[in-house]
Amino acid sequence: MSELINWSHDFNRAVETAKSEGKPILLDFSAAPM
Amino acid sequence: MYSQPDVAKFISDRFVPVRVHVKEDAAEFQRLGGLFDAQWTPTTLVLDTGPKERHRVEGFLPKDDFASQLELGLAKAAFSAGRFDEAERVFEDVLRKYPQSDAAPEAQYWAGVSRYKSSNDPKHLSAITERFRTAYADSTWAKKASVWG
Repeated sequence: MSELINWSHDFNRAVETAKSEGKPILLDFSAAPM
Repeated sequence: MYSQPDVAKFISDRFVPVRVHVKEDAAEFQRLGGLFDAQWTPTTLVLDTGPKERHRVEGFLPKDDFASQLELGLAKAAFSAGRFDEAERVFEDVLRKYPQSDAAPEAQYWAGVSRYKSSNDPKHLSAITERFRTAYADSTWAKKASVWG
């Protein structure tokens, strides 16, 4: 059900998005089924 | 935790969410796990735009406990950026929404510190101590605040 969240798997791109949108990053290290 | 619609909406609205899977993203897991010292799953980090770590949750938590930690991390990110009014507001949100959570005493402490940082008025430090006399008096955070009493 984690598709409710549009997870990025590109950390570097996420950092750029965080900077441009002024939002913090939620970085989830996971072993859950995908 | 992430399957709860309200938690998912909160994350989508307030964060840039990144997932690194131990198997599906093995190389990235190794790289970022080393960079942020994450050696266990689940490990959930709130990073500022630096990106520097501002809050960490290791292990599973039930929904409300996890949500309170996310909000605590959001407030800490605002605090670290010097946005003390915003930080105080979000710390107070943690207290209002999750008063029974483990995050609440910490939020009460930092809400007061945020108010002090935005005002530079030391009366707000003694107000923190006073507030802990009536709420979360047995917490570690009450001990930390006792210095201003």
